[in-house]
Amino acid sequence: MTMADYRIHPENGLEVGIYTLGDRMPDPTTGKISSEKQRIDELVEEATYAEQAGLDYYGLGESHQQYFTNQAHTVILGAIANATQNIKIGSAASIVSTTDPVRLFEDFATLDLLSDGRAEIVGGRASRLGIFDLLGYKYEDYAELFEEKFDLLLQIAANERVTWSGKFRAPLNDIAVYPRPLNGKMPIWRAVGGPAESAIKAGRAGVPMVITTLAGPVSRFKESVDIYRDVLRKNGYDPAEIPVTTAGLFYVAEDMTTALREYYPHVDEGMRLANGYGFDKRAFAAQRDLLQSMNVGDPEAVVEKILYQYEQFGMQRYIAQLDFAGMPHKQVMRQIDYLGEKIVPVVKQYTRAYPKK
Amino acid sequence: MKIVLVSGAVIGSKTVTILNKLKDALQAQSNQVEVVLLDLRQLQMVFSDGRDFREYSGDTLRVATEIMSADALVLGSPVYQAGISGALKNVLDLLPARALADKVTTAVITAGSPRHFLVADYQLKPILNFMKAVPLASSLYVESKDIAGDEIITGEIITRIDRLASDLLLTTETYQAQLQRLEDSLF
Repeated sequence: MTMADYRIHPENGLEVGIYTLGDRMPDPTTGKISSEKQRIDELVEEATYAEQAGLDYYGLGESHQQYFTNQAHTVILGAIANATQNIKIGSAASIVSTTDPVRLFEDFATLDLLSDGRAEIVGGRASRLGIFDLLGYKYEDYAELFEEKFDLLLQIAANERVTWSGKFRAPLNDIAVYPRPLNGKMPIWRAVGGPAESAIKAGRAGVPMVITTLAGPVSRFKESVDIYRDVLRKNGYDPAEIPVTTAGLFYVAEDMTTALREYYPHVDEGMRLANGYGFDKRAFAAQRDLLQSMNVGDPEAVVEKILYQYEQFGMQRYIAQLDFAGMPHKQVMRQIDYLGEKIVPVVKQYTRAYPKK
Repeated sequence: MKIVLVSGAVIGSKTVTILNKLKDALQAQSNQVEVVLLDLRQLQMVFSDGRDFREYSGDTLRVATEIMSADALVLGSPVYQAGISGALKNVLDLLPARALADKVTTAVITAGSPRHFLVADYQLKPILNFMKAVPLASSLYVESKDIAGDEIITGEIITRIDRLASDLLLTTETYQAQLQRLEDSLF
């Protein structure tokens, strides 16, 4: 696969998109929570609006717990494929460990056909364990399950007929998997958390990675990106042909203080629900700094941060998480406005001049 | 203010005897404090397997949840093989890496001899530092000869328990008040 096979053209500048984990949490400032129906409609509307704002990518995660509404993420992505024409669509991420890779490929190849070649898979390992009980897998197999199934997924994508055997699934003996993606090839990424461990595995397999850079110093994540590209090279792959996406939290307001004040209750409560403890307020306040990865602030500050991250990571795509922890739909739409009007035009202008390959 | 005391012995009574006295002392010195004593002799714990602490069940979940909601923490342990008990280390292993951030934390160590006097400082405190605890400078070291059955027979130890309670309350109250002030001024 080449950069063009991944449908990425660095000379057009950094791709900018949005993604959501599909969370349906109460708004911590009002206690209001959208119904499941309302939230799913909102997701489709937000994706459509992102396309209108000129964004390049929309990603939707798969989660199976309380406070989420995207258990059937491929179905929602189907609706989004139908409601949009140009924006690329993918997962953020699909839980490969607990899904049959054949089914996953079938779903996304179908999505690729429905969307005229806009679908991408991002494969992840799950950050919450409830899914293992729900779908009948063992938590002890956490790492092994993913590696085996992700490997099969890549083989199915590369070959129409597959002969394969493994531990967690019945063998395939010269079996064809249909449908095939529109142009025969579909981008498949590996979702990577902060630490280098998964980045190294992505590098060894020569697959592009989506690395989350939620909060913390840019330098810490740069370490993982650098190691990833080193491992690519050592395994005979050309980093110039394999894209990197960074994914992180994003909130813009007219000035920095307002942005921090409005955003903190969401991040704090969202982390509390997700991890069992809130987000340290001092660590949050430190995120205003250019050297910190969370993209929070006034439009100019956030443009500066994204450009700094581009300089450091040399990524080909940046995706912003706008709706974390009960962010009201209206505010999410406003964030998309900010992206379309104030962020993307400037970011594109500068990154077109310095394409990263 | 909530203070959680963990008695990290699954058998014997020395550690829990001291912690019971400390609990009384804390309650005698402050009517604002809620003290919870977790006695591992009476709790059915599983070994940590690295999962989110909320995904454990039963006593394991309760112990982790109580500690996470504490403002201050006292970790009690007997000395086994020149170190803290495995049962207590397991309790710490259940928690997220930064679990002790902004929690004032100290130790009560019980031992059969004076030889392990530095277990709290040299062994437990590096772990607490890693977990971002606010370590209290003072801790308590009690030998078997200071305790007979459920009774503390060395008067000096009772004095030190009272002093530890007052240090803990002073530091926790001060820290919480200043932290609030600081956080209010951030943005």
